[in-house]
Amino acid sequence: QELFLKMNSVGEGCTELKREYDQCFNRWFAEKFLKGDRSGDPCTEMFKKYQSCVQKAIKEKDIPIDGVEFMGPNKEKPGS
Amino acid sequence: MGKYFFNETDIRSAWEHVLCAFWQRYPNPYSTHVLTEDVVFREVTPDNCLLSRRLLTKTNRLPRWAERIFPGNLSRSVYIIEDSIVDPNNRRLTTLTWNLNHSKLMMVVERCVFHGERERPVWTHLTREAWISSGVFGLSRPIQEFGLSRFRSNQMKAMKGLEHALSKLHISAAQSHHGDAPKDSSEKAKNMTSPSSSQKPQEYV
Repeated sequence: QELFLKMNSVGEGCTELKREYDQCFNRWFAEKFLKGDRSGDPCTEMFKKYQSCVQKAIKEKDIPIDGVEFMGPNKEKPGS
Repeated sequence: MGKYFFNETDIRSAWEHVLCAFWQRYPNPYSTHVLTEDVVFREVTPDNCLLSRRLLTKTNRLPRWAERIFPGNLSRSVYIIEDSIVDPNNRRLTTLTWNLNHSKLMMVVERCVFHGERERPVWTHLTREAWISSGVFGLSRPIQEFGLSRFRSNQMKAMKGLEHALSKLHISAAQSHHGDAPKDSSEKAKNMTSPSSSQKPQEYV
């Protein structure tokens, strides 16, 4: 029964879109990206739909993620 | 000021498997404190590296002494950012994870490097570092001690969760290749060296 347990999105209405995107990504990642196949990403449309949902939820919940620099805290750490 | 944590271990799985498991490790039996998971940014760079950002929400479990002092913190979950770079040319995954809120109380920054060495194709080397700090005047030491202790316990759960995801992947791969129930493919995935810390994980409810 564990196989049917999946994670939820932070946006309650976005979970289905998230799961569809994740499934597409996991397949592309294993079968294309890791094998050096650069033939293009089949998940872009799905990602866009998922993102427009989840970004809205992030704003509604005031999650302070906007403008946070990629790998920001890494700058001050040794060995980075 | 602050606590530093360092741990190195070898995972008995090929780098590619570890990476697939990395994306699929939630949910797992050890991640009940992780409530939501979302990819909020993803991009393939011109040199074919994959950049991603995941947003996680986790329950905020504090020990009772901290609950008494900081009652307001209980109500809100912890928001965690996990930024990652997959470099398939160098077989390296670098991740940086830190909390977005409750950061004045305690800030934990964790950096992991998963590296697949070509001379050892069935192993993946993992280096994990964490920096734990607290800005609360007069309480920073016990908060940091608590933070380090919770980090160690979370680190053990994270390794178990990754191992769990790896064994699920091995099982489904074996089933699709042979059409049979797997015999000992799950055994291979279980043989992970455990982190050096043998501390019993503590749950703060």
